Amino acid sequence: MIKLNPKSSQKIVSFLLLLATIIAIIPVVIIIFIIIKNGYSAISWEFLTALPKDGMRSGGIFPAIVGTLSIVFSAILITLPIGVCAAIYLNEYAKDNLLTRIIKLTIVNLAGIPSVVYGLFGFGIFVMFLGFGVSIIAGAFTLSIMELPVIITTARGALNSVPQSFREASLALGVSRWQTIRHIVLPNALPGILTGAILSIARISGETAPILFTAAAFYVPHLPQSPFDQVMALPYHLYIISTQIPNMPKNIIFGTALVLLIMVLSMSIVAIIARIYFRNRRKW
Amino acid sequence: MQKHQAKREKNMSKIKDDIIEKIIFLCGILSIVFVTLIFAFLLKEGISFFRESSFINFILGKFWYPSSTPPEFGILSLIVGSFIVTVGACAIAVPIGIMSAVYISEFAPKSIRDILKSLVELMAAVPSVVIGFVGMVTVAPLVRSLLDIPTGLTAFTGSLMLAFMAMPTIVTISEDAIRSVPWEYKEGALALGATKWQTIRRIVLKAAMPGIIGAIMLGIGRVIGETMAVMMITGNAAHIPSSIFEPVRTMTATIAAEMGETVKGGLHYRALFAIALVLFSITFLVNFIADMFLGKSKNK
Amino acid sequence: METKSIQNKMFVENLSCYFGNKCVLEKVNLTIQKNEILTIIGPSNSGKTSFLRTLNRMNDFNPNFSRTGNVLLDDENIFHMNMEKLRTRVGMLFAMPIPLPMTIYENIVYAPKRLRLTKREKKSDLDLLVEQALKDASLWDEVKDRLNSSAMKLSGGQQQRLCIARILAIDPEIILFDEPCSGLDPISTAKVEETMLVLKDKYTIVLVTNNVKQASRVGSRTAFFLMGHLIEIDATEKIFVSPKEKQTNDYITGRFG
Repeated sequence: MIKLNPKSSQKIVSFLLLLATIIAIIPVVIIIFIIIKNGYSAISWEFLTALPKDGMRSGGIFPAIVGTLSIVFSAILITLPIGVCAAIYLNEYAKDNLLTRIIKLTIVNLAGIPSVVYGLFGFGIFVMFLGFGVSIIAGAFTLSIMELPVIITTARGALNSVPQSFREASLALGVSRWQTIRHIVLPNALPGILTGAILSIARISGETAPILFTAAAFYVPHLPQSPFDQVMALPYHLYIISTQIPNMPKNIIFGTALVLLIMVLSMSIVAIIARIYFRNRRKW
Repeated sequence: MQKHQAKREKNMSKIKDDIIEKIIFLCGILSIVFVTLIFAFLLKEGISFFRESSFINFILGKFWYPSSTPPEFGILSLIVGSFIVTVGACAIAVPIGIMSAVYISEFAPKSIRDILKSLVELMAAVPSVVIGFVGMVTVAPLVRSLLDIPTGLTAFTGSLMLAFMAMPTIVTISEDAIRSVPWEYKEGALALGATKWQTIRRIVLKAAMPGIIGAIMLGIGRVIGETMAVMMITGNAAHIPSSIFEPVRTMTATIAAEMGETVKGGLHYRALFAIALVLFSITFLVNFIADMFLGKSKNK
Repeated sequence: METKSIQNKMFVENLSCYFGNKCVLEKVNLTIQKNEILTIIGPSNSGKTSFLRTLNRMNDFNPNFSRTGNVLLDDENIFHMNMEKLRTRVGMLFAMPIPLPMTIYENIVYAPKRLRLTKREKKSDLDLLVEQALKDASLWDEVKDRLNSSAMKLSGGQQQRLCIARILAIDPEIILFDEPCSGLDPISTAKVEETMLVLKDKYTIVLVTNNVKQASRVGSRTAFFLMGHLIEIDATEKIFVSPKEKQTNDYITGRFG
């Protein structure tokens, strides 16, 4: 075996590590490149604003875009207030006893439960048991329950990052607990909570499994009229046209993927930039 | 008079505070109720399946024929499918992920560190259905022609795509763990004349190990739970494969593919809940272990 | 020397404090007189900070904390009072300066606004309040031109005086100082001490300090705590010139601690 001197082995190692980093990064670049290259030709005003035609082989994807937006924003509207309040409760009010610790641990771990399990749960509870049927509202509730642990965990992280001493300083001035939270803790935790919320919106916009049997429909030729309507959804639509429909024009599939990707990535990029910005600007 | 008014105003704000605090308590309790509800519901539906079919037969049964008469509900092949895909994905993602974590935290110039980290995180943002689709139209045909096998939709293809999906989790969390190793540790080794790489290998990686293991566990959790991409690129054949270049079917894909066809309350329906219960237990355990390692590395 | 009649502000009766099962303070009895600076000295773990934090019930946030005995503020038991009300009457300054992450101006009006101490939050009222508080804390001249810049940008000593101004703005009766100069340089320390001596005319001050010399410089009376016990309390000159207890003598002469 050749014994390398430490200097040159250091060089080799640093090269190998760089290589690994490139391998870790390159797939996302390739995926984005492939989708843009094959999909941009399909994007047009009509594609974004028209109904599908010819068994979805031409026309647009407007109902799918509207469907996804309505499910996702209903979901975040339900989950954000509850999640933030729950985080405030767990972080600021709950006594530090065994029960609280078990609850915190459970919530952290629930964030890792597969989305398809939430889908099944949502189907059993909202679609069947509560009788919502396959609908926007059933899908929104399913996604909001799935996202609840994530929102609670990120909000708790944001609340935790506000130094304890700020709370003490405010309380020592005779300001009540809630006023302290409202005027000191929350304003300083807000950037963290908001970036977490944007990332959550991005994530659930692309989720397919939870809406598979709670909200999404194969084909609906009109826009949703009420929260109890079935809707088309972008990720589910992509799944259907890429696996279930024969002779589907390739550029329509790639175009749909591109729209979904732009929607999700633009939100994620905003969140990532916001996080770096706020981290550098933090005052303490 | 004015004092009186001020006092009343103060009481009003006190009442408002009380109401808001009550709402916060309520939300806290509500979220706990949701959490218990999920578990209770899965447990109820899943256990009602085991009343009619034994747990052992379910876990170790080799055949999954839900619609033949009589139906057979053995999920061994599905467990094996999930297992193979997961192991394959880890074999690729773990070494590469840890190496890039080391590079980003210790070698990369400060100016591009945030950019590299953000690019890795970007992968986590790509929806799994998009990854599944790209894998299906590009990687699968490539695998088929390179290896000259009948179909490119194999466990190997699935592992490859899932490795990319687990990468962000592994890289970002390992990177945090490596970066949180106290500077004094490195300083001590460097002062004794060790090179940077020797220091990293002998001191830094050792100290960051709990965090790295936690990162790997979270990555595993992510791969086991992945549904859409797996359903689209692993071929979905419910049999025990003899090599990784054959199609497999995972537990998640089975639920997603068959839920639409079941009759509510029927045996098949409850069998899917039983699978969900198994999945829930496995991922909960994996995450729990991850949490233990991550908590440990944080307290250090 | 003192011609003013002595009024008692606070009575501490048989106060014992515990964290879990550990007793950190045992059967302390003392009185705090109006418009005095009572300094409390003692080595670390003597229970002096726990004592101070009991006086405005900051310890109540620690779930392990428990106590027996009573503290009376103008004949009212503080443990039966509304906690927030108590803290507006008994303010507290911490060891480390903790400016809130906002401007200097906002730092001072923060608590009065929340507590609705000023009528209708009139701008001119608030301006006056800020000016008065900063003047009393002898910080006005240094910051009057940059009231709207972040409080985080002030130096350590300025931050600590801002924290004093913040307390003055809610106009308490008693101010508790918990080792307020432990993180400051000698010049900043001198300024804070000067401020305390001025404030004595209007407020009652309890100062916990690790610095025996500081106690001798500013204290009207001095109490010596050791291992959770009050060993001795007397006029500062007496404690430093002719203490009754040997332990006190040993501590102030630097034989231990």
